[in-house]
Formats: sequence, C-alpha cells, structure tokens
Amino acid sequence: MENSEVTKVVLLACGSFNPITNMHLRMFELARDHLEDTGNYRVIKGIISPVGDGYKKKGLIEASHRIEMVKLATETSDWVTVDPWEGQQADWVETAKVIRHHYQELLAAERSKDEVDTVRIGKKRRHEDRGGCSNGGRTGVPQLKLLCGADVLESFSVPNLWKPEDITEIVGHFGLVCITRAGSDAWKFLHQSDTLWRHRKNIHLVKEWVTNEISATHVRRALRRGQSVRYLLPDPVVQYIQELSLYTADSEEKNADIILAPLQKYSHGGN
Amino acid sequence: MELTPGCTVFFKVIEFGSVSVRGTRNAVTQPKQRRKEAFICICRDHAVRDRMACRIPLVLLACGSFNPITLQHMRLFELARDHMHQTGQFQVVGGILSPVSDVYGKQGLAPARHRVAMARLALKSSDWVRVDDWESKQADWTETVVTMRHHYDQILKQPQNAAGAPQLKLLCGADFLDTFKVPGLWRADHVEEVAGQFGLVCVSRGSQQPDRAVHECDTLSRHRSNVFLVREWVRNEISATEVRRALRRGLSAKYLLPDAVIDYIRQHGLYTWESEQRNKGVVLRPLAQQGAPPETLAD
Repeated sequence: MENSEVTKVVLLACGSFNPITNMHLRMFELARDHLEDTGNYRVIKGIISPVGDGYKKKGLIEASHRIEMVKLATETSDWVTVDPWEGQQADWVETAKVIRHHYQELLAAERSKDEVDTVRIGKKRRHEDRGGCSNGGRTGVPQLKLLCGADVLESFSVPNLWKPEDITEIVGHFGLVCITRAGSDAWKFLHQSDTLWRHRKNIHLVKEWVTNEISATHVRRALRRGQSVRYLLPDPVVQYIQELSLYTADSEEKNADIILAPLQKYSHGGN
Repeated sequence: MELTPGCTVFFKVIEFGSVSVRGTRNAVTQPKQRRKEAFICICRDHAVRDRMACRIPLVLLACGSFNPITLQHMRLFELARDHMHQTGQFQVVGGILSPVSDVYGKQGLAPARHRVAMARLALKSSDWVRVDDWESKQADWTETVVTMRHHYDQILKQPQNAAGAPQLKLLCGADFLDTFKVPGLWRADHVEEVAGQFGLVCVSRGSQQPDRAVHECDTLSRHRSNVFLVREWVRNEISATEVRRALRRGLSAKYLLPDAVIDYIRQHGLYTWESEQRNKGVVLRPLAQQGAPPETLAD
C-alpha cells in the first residue's frame, strides 16, 4: 500500500543514556508514530548513540557500560539499535559530526546494495554526496533525522554549547524530530530563533500527551539511595546495574569539577 | 567481605527488598577463609535477625480495573515497598493485585479473565507481587473492605513464622483517599475498619495533596499513624485510559506496559473502538448502590 512519495527515515538519538530509561525508548515509538502518520515518511531504523567519556558530564559512567545497557534495552525492539561509534571515540565528538558519520554509513550501505564493486568508490560520487544539499534526496538513501527532547531545542540558545553552523547543518541539512511535553515552550523556541524558524519545515514537533518524565538523573538518585528503579528501565538493564553496582555516591562524583567538553572547547575559541 | 554459602541461604530468604543485603547472592568463598567468615556471618545473622525480628511483616493489596495493567501500576508497588521499608518498622513480604469483576460496569472494561491473564503475564517476573482473581470472580462488585477481609482471612490461614501473622494494608492512589470525604459513598464503620484496623499506603503524584485528604476526614485523621503517604517524584502520567486510547488508534504502547501484555492484547484483539463502547452510559455499580469504590488504584 506504500506509494513512491514515501520517504524513508532513520532516526538518530544522541545523549548520555546514563542510564537508558523507558522514556528514551518511548521517544522512538512516539516519533515513528508521528512521522508515519503524516503519510510522507516510513521510519526504517532507530539508532541510539551514547556519548563518549570525553563529554565529561558529572556522574557519567564508562561508555562501555552505557553502550551495553542500551544494547540490553533494545534487544526486544525490532527497529531500534545501539551504535557504539560515538561512545568509543577518545574525545568528545560534536553532534553534527556524529550525524555526518551516520549519514556516510547510510550512503555506504546503499552503495554496497547498488554496486557490485563496493571496494573502490569513485571520487566523483563522494563529491556528489558532500556537495548535495539534500539529505537522502536520491532514491534509496534514507533521510537521517536527529531525534531529541525539547531540552535540546532549548539548548541551542545556550551560549558556547553549540557552534551556530552546526545548528544550521543539523536542522537545515538533516532535520530534527523533537518530542515535546504538554505545556512545553518548544514552539516559542522555534519562533524566537531565526535559524530554527528558517528551517521549520525540517523540524517535526511531536506532542507527548502522556507526561513520562523518567529522567536518568532521577534513576541514578534512586539507585544510589538503594531504592527500586524497576519498571522505569527494562528489567535486563536493572539487572546489569545491580550486578555491577554501577551507580553509587562515588560514581556520581565523577567529573564533578570538570567543565563540560563543548563548553571547554567553544568558550576558549570564542574569547 | 564475602559470605559463606550457608549464610546466603538465610540472606536470600530475607532479601525480599532488603536493600542492604542485595548483591550478596552466590557468594563463593575459599575453604581456608570459611571459619573466620562463618564467625562474622553468625554475628551478622544475629544483627539482621534482631533488626528483622522487630519488623512487622506486611502484605500490600491493590484493587482496580487494571484495564489493562501498566508499568505504572507495578511501579506503585515498588514505591510503596521502598517507603514501608524506610520506616524501619515493616518488612513487606508480599503484594496482591486484585482486578475488579465485570459487574463493576466501567466503560471499556475488558472481560475479567483477560484482565487477570494480562496482570499475571505482567507480574510473572516479580518475585513478590501476585495476582488474585477472587474479587474478579464475584457475581457482584465487592466493597474494598470485603476484599480486604477475604485476603486477611487467607493470610491467617497460612502457616506463620516467628514474626507472627503479617499485616494487610491497602495500596491506593491519592484520588482514592479523596473518596472518603464524598458524602454517602462510604459507611463510617468501613472507613474505620480500612484505616484503623488495616491501614493505607497512599502514593501521590504531581499536585495531589493526600495530606489534605487525611486532614479533611475525621476518621483518617484519627488513624493518621496508620495512613502512610508516599510521594512519587517522577512525573509519570501513564494511565490505562491513555494506553487504551493509543491501542485503539493503532499507535505504539511499547514501554508503557510489558511486551507480553501487548502481545496478549494483539492476540485477543482486546482494545478496539467497539470494546471502548462497552458499558457506555452505564452507571458504575457502586454509585448505583451508594457504596464505596472498589478501585484503590485508579486506572
């Protein structure tokens, strides 16, 4: 029943996932339902990309554990998977670079499908990929969109957190699917930012009617206080955390006095 | 410090939610170390036993439609258990989830056998909460106090250990507490029995004010030491109503309820536009009879 107008989409979520919660997983379900309901899109894949240790966020435990937990959490999903690339990088990687990396992966996968000789990729073709301003415009290659919460949209206006050209690339070249809560200011943020407004057609705001604020911060707090976190995270993740005693008062002090990597990077350059 | 295998057996028994001993399972020790550690274990055993001996064993009972059961329902049990353990007075030894019978007459209420089956699937992985179908099989709706008496009788029939027979308390939401002040809904002696003899564990969220409900009801206020107020800090509005809405609209309900329940709903074609029309316009059985609500956990 699918018509040719339907665009294939891959959703990418970047974040700490420290640890992954049911709310993170729920965002993917909401986004897919919303995009497919428009009749214009078919969501074929979801990628969860936990940030690397170089991000230096307070209480951020080792990427290897966070990746493993996402792997366990997505075992029952037939479309959402974890990708360890970002988490395995020694230094913090800008989100724009992460998106570019995954888009290149999608292009490569499409090429290996198209071409018999997948080893030698012509320079000309590569040039086209970089030059073309449409994300997934060519037939077969899915569009790649960043899936995020309203907090990411709001963070665009935090000084030194994002490079302006990265925001333009993310919303202009790729696109954003943003889950917003009832009563959220997402629309106001979209209205107040000229960059976001210019690319509003590339920004999908998905309303979450059922507030479900399972924050990872709350989960870590409950864990280090010895309280139950069952049914807030998938059972295999709860088991993994308990077996390895991952979140404790000590682990919460990790990076306590360290400035977040993006703030370090951009505030130095800025001044 | 590690524990000898003999010890862990004991610990496993009392492990039931006791945070301090979690993760000590499967402790394996070298034979050399055993004697020294056995001694430490005995000391520990006594300390724990002393601490537990003065704790009152407790069973939590929740009544509701569970139409269908959601992760939030199961979460309430976890929150209540943590809270009761933190009082230092209680040891939660079990939880009972009791789905209401079909005669309750609520709009969109799926047949009890399905609601019971779904709750069983959802709680399969729980080592302390179980489903009881007694209430769901009753020919008429059962008042909360009657359900409590039934389950307390069942508890008394079981062999008791040294700690004595467990207490039974009702696990409820803040909106259930509000029903106590609705004129004509509750019989005074029933409120007295539920709050005074049994007791309540009430989980509230958002802007709910369960302390106000206690304050505004003389009987609850008199027994306030037997009314335990638990705060849910996570804003979580997962409700069975929202789940049914998503299901009949063909939207995903994954991560709102266990996968096994979603599969069951799909297999039996349970929540549809048609099923939501069931009992439409029908007055709830307790309201028709001027009686107290049988649902302690709304939605």
